[in-house]
Amino acid sequence: MRAPPEPVQVVKGRRDAALERLVGGVPFIAFLGLRFDRRGDELTSVLPFRDELIGNPILPALHGGATAGFLEATAIVELAWTAMWEEMEAGRIGPDAPLRLPKTIDFTVDYLRSGLPRDAYARARVNRSGRRYASVHVEAWQDNRARLFAQATGHFLMPEAAQ
Amino acid sequence: MTPDLTSAARDEIAQRFISALPYAKALGLTLVRLGDGMAEILMPWNVQLVGDPETGVIHGGAVFALMDTCAGTAVMSHASAPRRTATLDLRIDYMRAAMPDRVITARAECYHITRTVAFVRATATDGDDRPIATATGAFMIEPAP
Repeated sequence: MRAPPEPVQVVKGRRDAALERLVGGVPFIAFLGLRFDRRGDELTSVLPFRDELIGNPILPALHGGATAGFLEATAIVELAWTAMWEEMEAGRIGPDAPLRLPKTIDFTVDYLRSGLPRDAYARARVNRSGRRYASVHVEAWQDNRARLFAQATGHFLMPEAAQ
Repeated sequence: MTPDLTSAARDEIAQRFISALPYAKALGLTLVRLGDGMAEILMPWNVQLVGDPETGVIHGGAVFALMDTCAGTAVMSHASAPRRTATLDLRIDYMRAAMPDRVITARAECYHITRTVAFVRATATDGDDRPIATATGAFMIEPAP
């Protein structure tokens, strides 16, 4: 006899708690007002529009630096989330385990069009993840998923002795 | 040669450029030096900007915004007096973590400009000889009329 599947609330509770621990501990994510929506293991970061994020008040447009911070934070959370997923699912990450975050080595932002004064969304994809280095691509859009307003690629140093 | 603005007028444009940016204000950026395609901007350490709660190190995204703003300001202060600029792309390399509690200083230089594009490099330090980060970028410009 196979063990019965875990109740859905248990699975969701474990995943949401792990994500909250990852995101809630980073002051800069709160500074930006960034949230993360989760569907299974897929994360979408949401940057709700606020006046403080404006860089050009005449257009008005999002500040390129705000867009970059949004993309970099999304890339780091996705990478840490992907790296911790298996251990987390196996229940091997205690609630008091220290938060080990990847460190950015380099980050290149490609500004495709100006960011409108609206909410923005981003998803990151880990293209390569080794023991030491990882390469992550991230795309951001506003009204239309197919019309990106910025994209970025970065390299990251993975924390030593991950988990 | 197109008629040039006075250097005081250029400084004024660039000063206005940074003080009119809500996000630069939120980060606490201060323009300290400006001239002929060069800019220097400070960002004080602020607990809200921390990216790694275990170490107190400022998030790369905040350093990126400092570099981007400094690079854009350097473009605006160029002798050719562009009216407007926007980042096309910017790459940042993080050499080491910024020390908690230290002011980060970015210096940017617009080293080449054409009618449509400006090329900029920038360095960020925190009071030590070794830089925290370097950046290179291309900026679109709207030329003076």
